[in-house]
This record gives sequence, structure tokens and C-alpha cells, in this order.
Amino acid sequence: MMKLALGPVLYYWARDTLLDFYQEIAATPVDIVYLGETVCSRRHNLRLQDWLDVAAKLTAAGKQVVLSTQVLIESESDLKSLRNIADNGSFMVEANDMGAVHLLAGKMPFVAGPHLNVYNDRSLSLLATLGAQRWVMPPEMSGAMLAPIQRMRPAGMETEVFVYGRLPLAFSARCFTARAHNLPKDDCQFRCLDYPNGLSMRTREDQPFLVLNGIQTQSARTYNLIGELDTLRSMGVDVLRISPQIAHSAKIISLFRTCMDQPCTPHSALLQMDKLMPDGMCDGYWRGSAGLEQSHISSKT
Amino acid sequence: MSPEAKLDLVCPAGSLTALKAAVDNGADCVYIGFRDGTNARNFAGLNFDASAAREGIRFAHSAGAKVLVALNTYPQTGNWQRWQDAVDQAADLGVDAIILADLGLMQYAAEHHPQLRRHLSVQGSATNYEAINFYQKQFGISRAVLPRVLSMAQVEHLRQHTSVEIEVFGFGSLCVMVEGRCTLSSYVTGESPNTCGVCSPAKAVRWKQTAQGLESRLNDVLIDRYADTENAGYPTLCKGRFKVGEETYYAIEEPASLNTLELLPELMRIGIAAIKIEGRQRSPAYVAQVTRVWRDAIDACRREPHNYVVKAAWMAELNKVAEGQQHTLGAYHRPWK
Repeated sequence: MMKLALGPVLYYWARDTLLDFYQEIAATPVDIVYLGETVCSRRHNLRLQDWLDVAAKLTAAGKQVVLSTQVLIESESDLKSLRNIADNGSFMVEANDMGAVHLLAGKMPFVAGPHLNVYNDRSLSLLATLGAQRWVMPPEMSGAMLAPIQRMRPAGMETEVFVYGRLPLAFSARCFTARAHNLPKDDCQFRCLDYPNGLSMRTREDQPFLVLNGIQTQSARTYNLIGELDTLRSMGVDVLRISPQIAHSAKIISLFRTCMDQPCTPHSALLQMDKLMPDGMCDGYWRGSAGLEQSHISSKT
Repeated sequence: MSPEAKLDLVCPAGSLTALKAAVDNGADCVYIGFRDGTNARNFAGLNFDASAAREGIRFAHSAGAKVLVALNTYPQTGNWQRWQDAVDQAADLGVDAIILADLGLMQYAAEHHPQLRRHLSVQGSATNYEAINFYQKQFGISRAVLPRVLSMAQVEHLRQHTSVEIEVFGFGSLCVMVEGRCTLSSYVTGESPNTCGVCSPAKAVRWKQTAQGLESRLNDVLIDRYADTENAGYPTLCKGRFKVGEETYYAIEEPASLNTLELLPELMRIGIAAIKIEGRQRSPAYVAQVTRVWRDAIDACRREPHNYVVKAAWMAELNKVAEGQQHTLGAYHRPWK
């Protein structure tokens, strides 16, 4: 049976917002929760001990908790935070950089995160020998690219697919949110706090295009594979990942859960989701076309 | 000369003519790719078939220069064989090193061609020494090319914590994003550097003169619009003008070239092994011009590191070929971030 996971919060939210959010999540039908700051080392509203406290509460609520590591590791202080997570001793870790894999390899089981660039079964098998028990498919991969990996994946390896949320498309050394405010990154005044769903970047024709989230760039459209649940299940995908947004995450979890557990037409779920996605949706990556494209979803029951 | 003063000049070549231009103008190494998606400059009409590669290697070796082959995209399970064949072909041709990003391919190369030097491509996204030491331990890499995201202080710190040779970018088009961790291109066009070896591919570009100005589009997404007085640039999607709030500006990055000539003494002092020039997609004339300037600069810096100054003539030559006729120190200079 497929499990439902909530990915790490990619935005910078106020401390109380984060704590309230996870309190709400504890009561939702999600099986796995990924915790931690993966985007920017300057975001400190929760420290490792705070995350561990949240993790304990979610564990008590029956969730499997995984601690996610920062994707772009540059400085010694980034490495120090990484080592503290790798050595936490209680929770599984999602490695989002090969430096994290290096620290975890042979020591404890880990999740190979979506930014490790695993595009083939050989890379996946190698990570399995180092201790990976689950991997998250890079979001730009299509179903057709996943299928042969599924047939050849190492025994016991779980496959997780990013199925809902604004797509994390790129990481940079530069902070685009600070740039938008003419501030240097080192003195960003934590402007990301003002954009709990990211800062919208539009084309000169005023079309929503991308979303600036500090050093990360996301799609404006929400990637949504709720119409593909049957295919995902038939391919043997083990875990579906929902990416948190500031509003409606519990509702989205509930809609996915319902569609996973009982017969459901994508159309009815989509009707309810329509207003929950800020700038429309897309599913192009899964279909092997441009990521921003959206296929026509049949309204037949 | 002190041992750390050795600094290889690694120059790009998208054709045999460009390779010869690089060697003739003083490149220590030339890097090339084969004519398919196995490398990150998979452009029509560019790159080397087997016979051109053989001739290029012969030419370079006879002049004492090395040839590196970039196999730095990510094979998929369904097309793996093409990448494996490319590794075998590079080994058979007698190249001096292969530049790799994919874990599986690195493992294959280490097992089947252990004598062939392996370099970690910039597409491998290794921005810290733990990551670089991972590739060294697992696959015995000799060199790592750093993504263009670290400040000078961070480069130095990293360099002190690994025995892997470090290669950095010195000049050329600037990737603002961490290489290997950017899929903006496939989001818009379906093709990205990781999977297809292209960014903002030419086949997705459309130009149109409109009442508001000349528009460039990538798969219908408006990347920029130019007034009659402005120079239009290639619509690499991160270098267009977009709206954030009420402002329209280069929200991600201006069209500009990275140029680190002024950092040369510092790069030598901290023990950088090689400087890479970007631009396999550029003309043989670009390669000749840029190689000549950097050869002069490196030689001058090695002779007298303390008296090294960037000559105005060098900058003038480089600015002629710089993207947007501008240059930047990029992330090496912390305020850029």
C-alpha cells in the first residue's frame, strides 16, 4: 500500500507558524514527515533541538520522521549543522548532498533525497550499498524514465515521488529574495518571512512564471499528479510526497489520502483542489514534456 | 617556481579547429565532448566524432597538451549503454581524463578503466569538501571542478580539506545556479543540462518584432523584450527581464561573463590546480583570443606573482567576447550573492 509523505517546508515561516503547522499535521493522515531547513542556512526560527522536539511529537502521533539536510552546503558552519543532523542518533536522515551521503554511508540507513541526481538504476544500486533505503525521484524525471528503474531497483529500496507542490527547480549561491529588495544576502533582513509561499516572478506579460524562495527558484504552477495515482501504484511507487504550502496543506493531504485509499476520479478531487493552488497546475514532467505543461484530464467517471 | 604555482589552463573546444586554436595559443588542456547527449554542450553541429577526436588528441599530444572528454550528463536506465560506450570510446582513444557527473558512470569507469583519470564535473554539484572526498573515496577521482557558487574564502577552505585537485572556472558565461541542480530549462522546454545536455535550447527560441519591441520567447514564455536602442541577447532563461512586485529587471542575473583575471595570484597562492575557460559552443576565434590572454596572464603571474597586475589590453580583449559585453567576479566576490 502506498504511503503518504509530507516534504520539508521549503519556505521561511515564523516560529509559531511552523509549530502550529506541525501540530495540525500530527492529526492528518500522513505517514511520513520530513523535517528541517533545506534551503537557507540563515533561517534559524527553529534550531536542531526544536526540530527534534517536533519530531518527537510527530513520532508520538504515529508518524515516521525523517530529518532533511540542506541542499547547498558551502561553509564550515553548514557542514557543522550537517554533522549534527547526521549524528542525531534517533531519526533517519534524508541526504540532499553527496557530503551528507559521505557522512552517513555505512553508518546509518538514509533516504537519498530528490537533489542527488539519481537518474538510473546503477546510481541507485550504489547508494543502496552505502545504506540508502529509500530514494526520492528527481522531480524532472518522467514516468517513462522511472519505469525501467522500478524494474531493476535493488531489493528493499523504496521509491518516493514528488506528487504535489511548487517544483523546486534550482538552487543558487545568490539570494533572489534579497536581490529583489536590493539587499545583500548577508544582510537580508529575513525578507523571506514576508513570502510564506515564495515571491512571485512574472513575465513582462504579467504571466506568473517562477517563484523566488531565497536561493531557491520554484515553479509558479503547482505540480499535481493526483490524476496519476493508478499509474503510480501500478509502477510500485511506495511513497507519494506532498510539499507544504502555507494554507490548505491538511486539506490536500486529506484529498490525496482519500483518492489513495478508495476509488476516486481525479476530476472530483481536482475540482476541490482548484482553489488551493495559487497559480494553476502542471504535470508536464511526469509525461516527459516541458514541466510547466498541463495535460487534459478526463472528466469521465 | 613553487609547486603550488603550477596552474593548468583548461580551454574549451567544440570543433577540431577550436581545439587547434586552443593548443596553438597555449592551452595546457583542452576539453571536448562527443556528438550526442553524453555531454553538457549537446548542440547541433558541435563536438567531435571518433575521427575528429583522434586527430585532435594526436595534435594536442604532439604539442604537449592534454585532452579531456566531458561525459557529464546523467544517463538514464533506458539509454545507459550510450554513456557506457562513450566511456569505453574515450579510453580507447587514449584521452588524458574523462569528466563525469553520474555516480553509476563513475563507478563503471573506475572498475573498467581504472588507469584513466576521472575528474568530477561541475555538473556533479560538489560545493564542499565532504562531497568531494566522497567521490575520492568511492571512485578515486583525481580532480573536482567547483560549481560557480563559492566565495574565495570558501574555495580556499575547501582546498585545504581535500587532497583532490581543484579546478575552478575563470572565464565565460556565468551559470547563476548551482550546476547540476538547475532544471529551469526542462521546466520551460522539456530539456535540461542533466538529462539532455542543453540549457534553453535553440529549437525552443522564437524572436518576434512587436509594437512593444523585439521579443524573445522560449517555448512561448516571454524571456525578454528589447527597445530599438538595446542589444538583444540569447534568451537563456535565467538572464531575461521579469517582474517582481512592480519592478521589471534582471531578477536572476544580468547577461555577463565571469572574469577572474584579477584573482589569479590568489588562486595560485591557495593551490588551485586548474582554471577552466567556459565556451565549447563558442567560435574558434573566441577560443584563440581567450586562451591567448589567459596564457599571458598565467605566465606573468607565475613569473612575478607579487607584481602581477591585470593589463588593460587583456581586459579589452576579453570584454570583446564577453556576454553582454560585461564581466563580473560572480560568487568569488561575496557581495554578488
